This record gives sequence, C-alpha cells and structure tokens, in this order.
Amino acid sequence: MAKETLFKGGEFLLKDALPEEVFTPEDFSKEQRLIAQSAEEFGVGEVASRREELEDLNPELVRDLLKKAGDLGFLGVDMPEIFEGSELDKISSALVNEFISQGVSGFSVAYAVQTGIGSLPIVLFGTPEQKKRYLPKLATGEMIGAYALTEPEHGSDALGAKTTAVLSEDGKHYILNGQKQFITNAGFADLFLTYAQIDGTQFTSFIVERDWDGVSVDEEEKKMGVHGTSTRPVIYQDVKVPVENVLGEIGRGHVVALNTLNVGRYKLGAIAVGSCKLLIAEAVKYAKTRIQFGKPICEFGLIKHKIAEMVVKTYVVESMVYRTAGLLGLALEGIDPAKEDAGHKTGEAIRKYALECSINKIFGSEVMDFVADECVQLMGGYGYIQDNPIESAYRDSRINRIWEGTNEINRLLIVDTLMKAALKGELPLLEEIKKVTGELLSLRPGMAEEEGVLAKEKNMVAMSKKIGLLSAGAAAQKYMEKLGGQQEIVALIADIIIEIFSMESALLRTLKKVEKEGEDSSQIQLAATCVYVNDSFAKVDLLARQIFAAISEGEELRTQLMALKKLARHTPINTIALRREIAESIIPVARYHLTKV
Amino acid sequence: MNIIVCLKQVPDTDSQIKVAPDGNSIVTDDVKWVMNPYDEFGVEEALQIKEKMGGEVTVIGLGPKRVTESIRTALAMGADKGILINDPALENSDALATGRALAAAIKGLDYDLIFTGQRGVDDDMGLVGATLAEFLDIPQLSIIVKAEISEDGKSVKVNRAVEGQTLVIESSLPAVITTQKGLNEPRYASLPGIMKAKKKPLEEKTLADLGLDPSQVGEGARKLKIMELTPPPQRETGKIIEGETPEEKAAELVRLLHEEAKLI
Repeated sequence: MAKETLFKGGEFLLKDALPEEVFTPEDFSKEQRLIAQSAEEFGVGEVASRREELEDLNPELVRDLLKKAGDLGFLGVDMPEIFEGSELDKISSALVNEFISQGVSGFSVAYAVQTGIGSLPIVLFGTPEQKKRYLPKLATGEMIGAYALTEPEHGSDALGAKTTAVLSEDGKHYILNGQKQFITNAGFADLFLTYAQIDGTQFTSFIVERDWDGVSVDEEEKKMGVHGTSTRPVIYQDVKVPVENVLGEIGRGHVVALNTLNVGRYKLGAIAVGSCKLLIAEAVKYAKTRIQFGKPICEFGLIKHKIAEMVVKTYVVESMVYRTAGLLGLALEGIDPAKEDAGHKTGEAIRKYALECSINKIFGSEVMDFVADECVQLMGGYGYIQDNPIESAYRDSRINRIWEGTNEINRLLIVDTLMKAALKGELPLLEEIKKVTGELLSLRPGMAEEEGVLAKEKNMVAMSKKIGLLSAGAAAQKYMEKLGGQQEIVALIADIIIEIFSMESALLRTLKKVEKEGEDSSQIQLAATCVYVNDSFAKVDLLARQIFAAISEGEELRTQLMALKKLARHTPINTIALRREIAESIIPVARYHLTKV
Repeated sequence: MNIIVCLKQVPDTDSQIKVAPDGNSIVTDDVKWVMNPYDEFGVEEALQIKEKMGGEVTVIGLGPKRVTESIRTALAMGADKGILINDPALENSDALATGRALAAAIKGLDYDLIFTGQRGVDDDMGLVGATLAEFLDIPQLSIIVKAEISEDGKSVKVNRAVEGQTLVIESSLPAVITTQKGLNEPRYASLPGIMKAKKKPLEEKTLADLGLDPSQVGEGARKLKIMELTPPPQRETGKIIEGETPEEKAAELVRLLHEEAKLI
C-alpha cells in the first residue's frame, strides 16, 4: 500500500493523490492524541474556566497563563529541544493550537503570537547566539514576544515600511526611528521582532527589546473584538539596536517576514477548527433546549440545515488543515533541528507550500466567520446579547480575515505563487494547461457513471481541476505577465483553487476512512463529503463562467463555454436529505462528532 | 518509597450515556474514555510522595487495550512504569474479581503503598479498594483527603472527612489508600512528559501470567449481578403559575402543592 507522499506545493492541481497518500485526522498517533488531550485539559481547566476574566484585557492573567503553558511545554511546540523547546511534529503542533485556547480570544491570540510570529522569526532565522539568548525565555514564558511589521501607512504593502535603521558611526548599532501600528501583545511584550529600511532600500528584520531606550508604546486601541488582547502602536525613537540583533540577512527582511507568515497562516486554520467545533456544540445545545411552536427548534428543517452546514464546513477545514500539516511534516523530514542551518531549511521547505498555507488561512477564517455568524442567527435575539459568549465569538472571529495577510492579499498570493512555480519549472503547469486545452475538442461529457464509493464526487474533483486549468490557462494566455493587474480575475482563479483543495481534502479523507474502517461507520463523513463536493462543484462552474465572460467574447467565448458545459455536467443529488441526516446524527450528542481525538 | 496506583478507565463525565439493547450495559461506540477522576488524585499523590522521598511509581490498569491510553496519561504525568491486565476472560468482572486480578499482579512487586480512587465515576461501586486490601491482607484507609508518610517511611497518617469532622487515622505500611476529592490538585501532563512517556515500560499481562483461572473472574464469577440499567426519568416541563398579584400566585402555589403534588 502507498504511504503518505510528499507532493510539491500546488501539485494537487495537476495530480490526483491517492487516499493513502494524505494524512488525515483518522491517522493521529497515540502520542498525538495524548498531546491533544493534554492541551484540551489545560484549555478547559486553566483558560476556559477564566473566560469572563479574560473578556477584557487582563495582562497579569494572560502573562500568568502563558507562563503556566510554558511550564508544560506548550509555548515551545515549534522550538528545538536544544533551546528548551518541545520540538513537536507539525501534526501535534496543529493539535495544540486547535485545543489549547477553547475559544477564549484573550488567551488564544496572545498564545498564537507567542508561539508563532512572536518567536518563529528567531527559530527560523536567528543566529545560534540569538537563539540561545531568546528562545529558552520565550519557551518558558519568561519573555513575551510580539511581531511589529505593520505601520500606519503600510499594511498590506508591508515591505514598503518607512521605519529607518542607520548604522552608528562606530558600526556597533543600528539607530531605529519610526512607528509600528496594531501590534498584538504590545502592552506586555518584552520583545519586538520588527522591520526597518537600512539606507532607505534594504528592508531588514531586527530583534528589539522592550526596555531599551527609545522604545515606547502608545495607548491601547479600542477594537471591534478580541477585547482581551493588547493592541498598541510601538514607537522607536533613536533606538540603539546592537548589530548582533539584525535578524536574518541585511536587505532580506522580506524573507523573514513572509516565511514566518506562512506558518502563521496554516496554524490559523487549526485555530479555526477548534473554534468551529466549540461553536457547533453551543449551537446544538441551544437548538435542543430552545422551544418554539411547541418543540425544540432543532427539529425544524432550516435549523437542521444550519447545523449541517456548520458541521460540513468544519469537517472540510479539518481535513485540509491536517492534510497540510502532514505535508509540512514530510517536507521537514530529515532536517536536524539541532543543526545551525535547521531554521533556514525549515523556512525554505515551508515556503514551497505557501499556496497551501494561504488556502488554509483564507478557508479557515471564512468558515470560522460563517459558523460564528450562523451561530448568532440560530440563537436569534439571544445571540445578539452581550452576555452570550457567542456574541463575542462573532466579533472575535472577524479579525482573522484581516491579519496574517488579508484574505484578498492571500488570494493574489495563491495565483502568484502558482505562476512563479510554473515559470521556474517547479510545476509543469503550462504543459498540463496545454494538455487540457488540447483535449477540449475530443472531450466527452464528464460524469461517466463510475461505480464505487464517492465515484461521482471523485469525478467532480477531477473535472474541477480541468476547469481550473482551462480558465487559468485562458486568463494567463490573454494577459501573460500582466495577469497580476487583473485582480478580480486572479481572485476568481484563486477561488477555484481553494474549492479544489478543500473538496479534494475532504474527499481523500473520507475515502481513506472508508478503506480503513468501512462504510457503515463513515455514513456522516460520506454525507458531508457529498454535500460539500456537490455544492462546491456548482461554484467552480460559476467561477469559471465569470472568468471566461470577462476575458473572451464571440466565437472564442462560445467555444470555451461549451467546453465548460461538458466538464461541469452533473446530476444534482438530494443534499437536503443528506443535511438532515448529518444534523440528526449530531443533535443527540450535541458536539462535533466526526473526529475522535 | 515504591508506590502503586490502580486506575480504571471510565466514560468521560461529559459523555452522553445510552443504555444498550441488552438492558444492563451501555452503548460504548461514541464514548470518550478517560482516567477515573478519583484515580487521578492517586496518581498525583503518588508523584508528590515520590518527588519528596524518591522511589518509583507503577500504574496498573485492568481492561481492554484502550486502557493503555489512560496508563500513558499517568506515565506522561510522571509515573515510571505501567502494567495493563488485559484478558478477554476479564470482561464483565465485578469488584471482587477485579481486586483479585489486581492483587495477583501486585503480589510479586516491591511496594510500600497503593493508591486507588475511592470509587469509579461510572458504576459508583466503591469496592475495589477494599477487595484489593483483603486479597493482599494489608490495611485499607478509605476516602482519604490528606496523607502524610512518616519520615522513616514505615507508617502513614491520613485524614478522612466525616460529617464536618476530621477523622485522623494512622496505619503501618504497606496499605491501600482510596482517594477522595480534596486530596490534591492533579497536574496536567506536560509535553516533555508525554514525549518521555513513549519510552517508559508498559507491560501487558494475561490471567495466565498472573496465575489465575478464567473461572475466577468475568461474568460467570460475579457475586453481584446487574439486573437492569435505566436512564433517569425525563424531567417534566415546569409549570409557570399565573396570577395578577404575588398573593394570588402564592395562593395558587399552595393549592397546587396541596392538591396536585400532595406535598403539604
């Protein structure tokens, strides 16, 4: 039997993986389950039990909780053991992120920064001295990290930052001047991983300590959500940063910034899974006890529809997140964390999956927003009242579509990454596009009625890939290197790619489960996959039509639309009945029940 | 000081329990299994004593393969060794047979003290501590909220809460202590602990390894038989008493308590 296989970043568009070749939550090892349980116990016992105290900013408590998490090894999940880290595999680290915060944003955000963007730049790009000096303290929670990239006038356009760094006359220091904006953890952070331009052109990363002269923070921002977190501007006024604190290479700050964000992006997917599961439990519990028209509202069709949609989408994000974690794990195999170049190699290996990381970020944050929104809707007026934790969950969720690169920037990145990989010859994208285009005339209608489990859905995913290649190819041919200027079209292509990766992740996971455990115990997973793939396939069709209509006209457009019609042909299935089945299976247990951890 | 902790795996208290069609067991398909919370106190107490006095903590569980997960949890918390007694013949054993099997596994070991939960949160029998002490012929100190080992390690002084008072008991060692809530605050398994637990020895034993005969355990050897399991009655919907004034409502309440509920 085939084993988990290392595919290249973006390769899923060109090649169909076998179920055995991807990692799924059904493959968690005993240790991984134990780690998840331990994170959950900590989350329930220490974090969720203090939810109310963490509703508003409580820096002492947050620091204290981070310290406790550090004592148990939870802050060092992605740090090497030689620097006091716990050095977990990527699956375990995703599991910790999923379970540790129990939806309490006051903790989850501080935790995500501390273990992600607030320490990873050092893990990945620090010199041995920098690692020795800072990582053990970050791993125990003795030091709190923050990531200071954004500036008042540079958000998405981060690399154009205005903060300056000038080498002192004696050559021992860089003098930093400038201001950073919206810096999470700023109120109580000890360390700012920051960026500045040397000589106005060399974008460079620096490690800045809070108590150095000239470092100050401004007032707390009043935010829409995540009220239990600290967000302040950080100001540098003639800050003397020792040259030893340059992080990474001079002029290569973008490498530090972007590689760190890749990791943050896929982890955001894991956090989304955790939040969605908690929200689903709340929604179902409410729907079982809320009586209207003489019966619990969970017995009404539209409520069942909502519950099923939440479950289906959560199942898909979960499938995607652990598939990606599995890929990253394989990509990092053979890198010795104790070696000096381990960080660089890790960053480089993960960079190759930037496309998948962006998909996780976009899809995870959008599903989390969807689930929070439907949860409010299901609870009606009660969902809108401030004492209900759902109300804050709804506001908290919104930031995830904005930070770690907006979802718009990430959509552009998906296509940009793909095109670059194609041009560099890393992916035979252009060849595949030619092949599909060549097949067009001889193409027989899709949906040959195959036999077997999820055969129709398998076919839909395969056809979606062809549709994706066809539409992306047509757009690339029309605009060539100027495609990037057509943002709307690029985003449509990105959406097709996201649909393909999400559909396929759920499909492969369910097939793998059926192969291992049989169809009987996989009924709900099968239903969820059918519902998702059928809806998603219709979306892919619409997206492609929009692309063709924007780039072609006349005879050319007609030919393209005819080809699309052939590829997108399918008989709709009764997703209403399937959604009812899904909802009715979760109502008795009142918690997300598709994964055993 | 060598300490043994006996633990049971039970359904998580959050689990939705359904009675199986046979009427005297539960449906286990969707159950999340965890270490019995009372046994966690035992693990924690054993670890604290070990940290103070040295020695080794051995954890013993009885049941199917899945029980190793709970044993691993105890190892991740800091215990040194694990033993799983796993034999199909043990299925549906009562407390007497469980105590017999545990005693058989413990007999050959070098131990000074045994902890186990004062009861399992699943069936609430509370008998294993007593049967175990009996089979080993050592004292049992039950439902304990505080335990102090003497400096020479030869005796133990324990507290039991009784009706607002505290009963202080002293006993020679070895002894069985059954643990009660309040004894301590069990620690979380740390990540380094979990990684280390992977390499700790976990031995599996069958009845034959323990020198026991299948006829001494399992369904056939039960002294106690479960006749029937019934879920608690569904709570009936409440009644809201209508009335214009508090006086009217009070009068209606009294009438209902008298005439319908027949409580007054």
